[in-house]
Amino acid sequence: MEQTEKDVLILAIETSCDETAAAVVKNGREILSNVIYTQIKLHTVFGGVVPEIASRKHIEKINPVIEEALSQAGVTLEEIDAVAVTYGPGLVGALLVGVAEAKAIAYAAGKPLIGVHHIEGHISANYIEHKELTPPFLCMVASGGHSHLVLVKDYGEYEIVGRTRDDAAGEAFDKVARAIGLGYPGGPKIDKLAREGDKTAISFPRAKITDAPDDFSFSGLKSAVLNYLNQCEMKGIEVNKADVAASFQQSVIDVLTEHTAAAARRLGIDKVAIAGGVASNSSLREQMEEVCRKYHLTFYHPSPVYCTDNAAMIGVAGYYEYIRGVRDGWDLNAVPNLKIGERRKA
Amino acid sequence: MKILVFDSSGLVASVAVLTEEQMIAEYTVNYKKTHSQTLLPMLDEVAKMTELDLHDIDAIAIAAGPGSFTGLRIGSATAKGLGLALKKPIVAVPTLEGLACNLYGCEDILCPMMDARRKQVYTGLYTFADGQMQVLKEQTACPVEEILQQAGNFGKKVHFLGDGVPVYRSVIEEVMQKTGTPYVFAPAHMSRQRAGAVGIRAFEYLRAGKTETAAEHAPVYLRKSQAERELLAKGKTLAQ
Repeated sequence: MEQTEKDVLILAIETSCDETAAAVVKNGREILSNVIYTQIKLHTVFGGVVPEIASRKHIEKINPVIEEALSQAGVTLEEIDAVAVTYGPGLVGALLVGVAEAKAIAYAAGKPLIGVHHIEGHISANYIEHKELTPPFLCMVASGGHSHLVLVKDYGEYEIVGRTRDDAAGEAFDKVARAIGLGYPGGPKIDKLAREGDKTAISFPRAKITDAPDDFSFSGLKSAVLNYLNQCEMKGIEVNKADVAASFQQSVIDVLTEHTAAAARRLGIDKVAIAGGVASNSSLREQMEEVCRKYHLTFYHPSPVYCTDNAAMIGVAGYYEYIRGVRDGWDLNAVPNLKIGERRKA
Repeated sequence: MKILVFDSSGLVASVAVLTEEQMIAEYTVNYKKTHSQTLLPMLDEVAKMTELDLHDIDAIAIAAGPGSFTGLRIGSATAKGLGLALKKPIVAVPTLEGLACNLYGCEDILCPMMDARRKQVYTGLYTFADGQMQVLKEQTACPVEEILQQAGNFGKKVHFLGDGVPVYRSVIEEVMQKTGTPYVFAPAHMSRQRAGAVGIRAFEYLRAGKTETAAEHAPVYLRKSQAERELLAKGKTLAQ
């Protein structure tokens, strides 16, 4: 990491979904600022993120957020070494705001431009608070749009080991939360309610995919919860929502933790990390820690602020791309379905 | 005074550099390629060819809407990013006023129209008197028949331009002939958005002191998002 003589400052921008975020990151590990404008209240009434509304809000907030990030970091644009921006995956209209803005800033300031993969950013969030963490390690990424087991072979080198076959873990949380009337966003609300419930009260399925042991599936679980709720209604049985939340959550956690531990052991990897919005689920963290202890794996996880969509993580991932010599052209486009590890070679 | 101008409100991507006396460069492409990939490389090309130092620019002008929501935001975010980095103000030119400036000085009725889908056009009515633009009808989204009716009320020849023309050509011809209104379709070189024309209008805004900071600037959509319209129909409003 200390190959460069002077400090490397990255200005990072993230607008892939409903957070308008900017950050300044020093040498890939030190966060000088991390500004997040969350639009969540705006989308709550719709029960999910509305792409057009998110894109409009990004345009309104992006300059103040970037200016705040520079000002909190106490640096000027001239002192920045490169501009990193999330260019996928995500909502295309939302991504485009950040990409167009980042390109214009980099162009006008005469700085290199680096497109960053959103999920590679989430994974890199683990470097922020764990200065000792270096690749290789296995990372379980779970959020509203993603559920992946990723092998981080080296900085900027990723291999997908397992993925969800249907719903993302966070998506299942949102759908179940809606079904039991908790509203959006489902993750934190289920996490909270589950603390009051009995996780063994209802037996929900834990899906296994026979030919691909590292892949997940959550749609069967979601259907099982909906069926359970329907049956209770038909039989006139009052539903204990806390028990449903706790039992559902336990099923997701069992699947995620067991898959991760099994993959790590099979791959001979002794370091396990988690990332993404679902990684801030307190029960998931506790159980992952337990499972890792059991199998003598070292467990890493970012603080909740770095689990949610943020630009600090993009700055970290952007730094390692910068060091590898990755540079993007002024024709960089948003790629809504960008695959992990699929970026062009440095 | 030197300004940098963008128009990415429709299918056209256009970049221009103007002073009050002359247009130094204009790069206009009307070809299916995403503006997100083309707009900044076009600026780069223009800057290289004209040895432009971006810091010499006094303001960044943009066709601020209406138009394609995504196209507007690509232009807007580009202008905002440049404005932030260069610390320059933004001049937000209504798209239809910029388009009408393709026929600068014409004292007939100018009716630019853009296809707005959902059986509507983004349009307005303009003319020039003593070299000054007169806004007869502020830009709006409405059914094409409505603007055609209004355009015929002035007893003057009407010039049609914009990407709404090929979509509604037969309706325009029918209504104009029925009301006996003389009309003409603008020729190819002035029938679509051009950053040069937007720049002409931008100088008028600049002289009137109508600028925004890069942080303040946002596109003018003239329409709410579909989700918000459905929400309002249920009697609810968007949280702030």
